Amino acid sequence: MNLITVENINVGYGANTVLRNVSLAVAPREIVTIVGPNGSGKTTLLRALIGAARPSSGHITQKPGLRIGYVPQKLHIDPTLPMTVERFLRLPGRTVRAACAQALERAGVPDLLQRQMSALSGGQMQRVLLARALINEPELLLLDEATQGLDQPGSAAFYRQIEEVRKETGCAILMISHELHVVMSASDRVICLNGHVCCEGTPEIVSAAPEYRALFGSGTFGALALYRHEHDHDHDETCGADHAHHHPHSHKKTEAAE
Amino acid sequence: MILDDFMTRAVLAGVGVAFAAAPLGSFVVWRRMAYFGDATAHAAILGVALSLALHVSIFAGAMAVALTMALTVTMLTGRGYAMDTLLGVLAHSALAFGLVAVSFLSGIRIDLMAYLFGDILAVSRGDLAVIWSGAALVVGLIGWRWSALLTATLSEELAYASAINPRREQLILTLALAITVAVAIKVVGVLLIAAMLIIPAAAARPLSRTPEQMALIAAVIGAGSAIVGLQAAYALDTPAGPSIVCVAALVFLGTSVLRSLGAGRGS
Repeated sequence: MNLITVENINVGYGANTVLRNVSLAVAPREIVTIVGPNGSGKTTLLRALIGAARPSSGHITQKPGLRIGYVPQKLHIDPTLPMTVERFLRLPGRTVRAACAQALERAGVPDLLQRQMSALSGGQMQRVLLARALINEPELLLLDEATQGLDQPGSAAFYRQIEEVRKETGCAILMISHELHVVMSASDRVICLNGHVCCEGTPEIVSAAPEYRALFGSGTFGALALYRHEHDHDHDETCGADHAHHHPHSHKKTEAAE
Repeated sequence: MILDDFMTRAVLAGVGVAFAAAPLGSFVVWRRMAYFGDATAHAAILGVALSLALHVSIFAGAMAVALTMALTVTMLTGRGYAMDTLLGVLAHSALAFGLVAVSFLSGIRIDLMAYLFGDILAVSRGDLAVIWSGAALVVGLIGWRWSALLTATLSEELAYASAINPRREQLILTLALAITVAVAIKVVGVLLIAAMLIIPAAAARPLSRTPEQMALIAAVIGAGSAIVGLQAAYALDTPAGPSIVCVAALVFLGTSVLRSLGAGRGS
């Protein structure tokens, strides 16, 4: 049974329709990535999934009792609001201290418990947000451009952490990303969105689709070259590719491409 | 009996308002709603005029208008006007209409100054009961929704993802604000209510590590300011409400200096 199923939803703000007839589903343990240009409705789709945007038509069905962990794009904490990492992790209530420590451990930042949220670096903040999403042992993790504002080694490390988390907990992951190389290396399935679902499938299928090329093909030759390189790379290697090795490699190539 | 002493009643009134204002004021500071609090308070003068004309209690009139004002602003926000423009229009027109309405009231001469600047020394036992029930209501309301309010303050998306409706939480804060304004009119007056909300919370910020600490410390600072301010007003023969606000402002100055010294040491 799918964790979450979206059937023909339309979402708009006022007279402005952002999503038209969008359908998708996420199965247990799957990693699905949504790519699309700015203004393509990626974030709106995620907002609809968490209930922050209401579809004007269509249905979103969740598996009964589905536990969702949500990692927002970024979190600005007003400096007037004092908040330790521990307090932040315990916000939903009934969270015990041991669970906070374990979640931080999983997110790769075990030592931050007593730090002030407003004093965290961008990378630390993203990991704390990840820890918060992990705290209720989610079956589905939603990531909204979670590495925006991180440099490339930083975001590569963040996505490695996500893979670790999936290995450990077996949760499904639905993420938005504009970083195509990340999309290609880590996803089971890619959904290319531009107001509607342009194309969908394994990274190989999507990357070869004309709709995808129309969106990302021009003006991003560097990224495309990089992506094609990775595409070949993925074919050369077996499924158990060493990602720790893989990412620094792609990082180097990006710099070369630019 | 001890409540027969006007000074004791004044202190109790000030402390009651400080308790309601502390947790609410913290949210006002965190959510950058300072001007919102100001505007709601200004609108309350219209409520005072209406309740005098209609012979209902000042508390009910002020609360009704403050609530209407706050709800109107909440609903209109994001429909073509910036929040501060809306607040400016509504707050000052409500204040102006209130002042004009008061001038039409024939018969009783009312002391407008008492509502603009408060008349804490004239607080009656009945007023005390209203103030403390209002304060208990506000503290109870905010305590009940505390986690949800905090989550909604941090991020609307995080709130939705935790099955919290940020609009409902906003509504609860709005309601709490209207109650606080209504009970505080007598104590500090319309013009200084926002000061009681914001200054103790702001003064508590450098001393706190968690939101709960900030609200508690703000309550202590607010109550302390009420007590010291009233003593000072008695000794120096100064107006009571403004004296309370002056003491709170001095505490703010003190903790701010402490913070910059602390920052200099790198702590």
